[in-house]
Amino acid sequence: MATITSTMAGNLWKVLKNVGDTVEAGEEVAILESMKMEIPIEADSAGVVKQVPKNEGEFVNEGDVLFEIE
Amino acid sequence: MVKTKKDHLAIQQTVEEGGATKYHESNRAKGKKFVRDRLADLLDDGSITFEDGKFANNLAEGLPADGVVTGMGTIHGESVCFMANDSTVKAGSWGARTVEKIIRIQETAERLNTPMLYLVDSAGARITDQIDMFPGRRGAGRIFHNQIRLSGQIPQICLLFGPSAAGGAYIPAFCDFVIMVDQNASMYLGSPRMAEMVIGEKVSLEEMGGAKMHCSVSGCGDYLAQDEDEAILAARQYMRYMPKNCHEKPAMVDYTLPAEQDVQSLLPNNQNAPFDMRVMIKRIADEDSLFEVKERFAPELLTAFITIEGRVVGVVANQPKVKGGVLFHDSADKAARFMTICDAYNIPLLFLADVPGFMIGTHVERAGIIRHGAKMLSAMSSATVPRISVIVRKAYGAGLYAMSGPAFEPDCTLAFPEAQIAVMGPEAAVNAVYANKIAELPEDERQAFVQEKRKEYQENIDVYRLASEMIIDEIIKPNELRNELIRRFKQYENKKVSLPNKKRSVTPV
Repeated sequence: MATITSTMAGNLWKVLKNVGDTVEAGEEVAILESMKMEIPIEADSAGVVKQVPKNEGEFVNEGDVLFEIE
Repeated sequence: MVKTKKDHLAIQQTVEEGGATKYHESNRAKGKKFVRDRLADLLDDGSITFEDGKFANNLAEGLPADGVVTGMGTIHGESVCFMANDSTVKAGSWGARTVEKIIRIQETAERLNTPMLYLVDSAGARITDQIDMFPGRRGAGRIFHNQIRLSGQIPQICLLFGPSAAGGAYIPAFCDFVIMVDQNASMYLGSPRMAEMVIGEKVSLEEMGGAKMHCSVSGCGDYLAQDEDEAILAARQYMRYMPKNCHEKPAMVDYTLPAEQDVQSLLPNNQNAPFDMRVMIKRIADEDSLFEVKERFAPELLTAFITIEGRVVGVVANQPKVKGGVLFHDSADKAARFMTICDAYNIPLLFLADVPGFMIGTHVERAGIIRHGAKMLSAMSSATVPRISVIVRKAYGAGLYAMSGPAFEPDCTLAFPEAQIAVMGPEAAVNAVYANKIAELPEDERQAFVQEKRKEYQENIDVYRLASEMIIDEIIKPNELRNELIRRFKQYENKKVSLPNKKRSVTPV
């Protein structure tokens, strides 16, 4: 089980992957909005999404888990 | 006993073979080369010009050269001094003569004003020799004292092939540039075994002091090499961008034009959308001249050497692709360090600003973003090399200041036609100024009001307004930037700045 975490504090603007989707390493999986900028979040490794603990519009802190993948 | 010539050759051969065969074999299994082979790879023509202290400790059993090779050679035709640990001899540990040899080659480097390279692969102090090598005037502390004295006078580069443990970890810490070989190189004050004994922590060496960790988390490493060959190549590349010492400028190098030069098409219409600044740098730099420092550490800011028409330039650039290009404590720290190196060795600086400001929030305040930001401003402001600042799309808040803003005496501030400079971006500014007004308005009128105010604000921070007020010196089309930089850096070459009459600054850290 690997995780994809938030790189910085901000608003979780768009979640681009749902449970069951496959992700590739380097693929954009979510977009944060922080400091008025769009901050793409990329997957470090490939896998299948098992869990998406945060909802769009929620505040996320640096290091918060956005996806659990396997 | 008087030795014959035959004895001499035999002794010399023994010394040059290093430690026992089994240690050579175990090193080879880890992808580690013998110290003399490393030096042959690093130096021009595969050869050491001369070596000092080869017979150090030759009367002792099993301590050839006392575990370190010191001497001189050339890189790109220029003289360098080196010290190189031999990890086949007592794991490269330091005895009294090891330390004395290192100190002497440093003193040679100082007298000759030549760069000093440290090829480190050492388990640390030889405990059995501690009284002779640790506490005294010419003990190991003197190596670091010399490094500090030499810092800024001559380039000091560390190639870390194995461990640099405990006190030994300060050799890389005092070098300008640290290359670490993945899996083999490590830096730590106390080994994992010691950490478990003393503080009860269970941790692997890789996690606590490995090359990847230091190059991406702690910032102690500048370049992560996949193997020793890449490490040596990186050291030779780095030397291309450096002068011999602080009294000279880097040599002009051969160059080819960038294959792709279109900068305009890289810039998104939406100010808040990310783009890849690394690609933009490649399109204004000479082909294949980009050499990044700390690529994996604080990647929201890029620090790199490039050449522009053969001239070495240090680039500090926000990377909107990572964390929106926002400045953090680590990115400020990274920038400060890089600018100090460039200023020390007469390398002009190019700032490519695309920055929404410094990060805010509890996390970064607790991490000391204010003092780290101050460190960046201090290093930038006191750099007397030519400085050109380019506002690519935006420079908001203290981000403008940190990227060599107009108040900090850059040689010029250039801007692309779409650029904006302000205390904060339009969205935040309208909220800050009109929060009460917006709240009072009926809900269906709010949107229109906000839009109108944002538009007004945007016009006020427009680049032509700023140029009219002479805040920026010139508006440049993105595709003309390279040629503008070539012309300006050439003219700024003879810049002279007089320093204030004082001993030193009390710099933020």
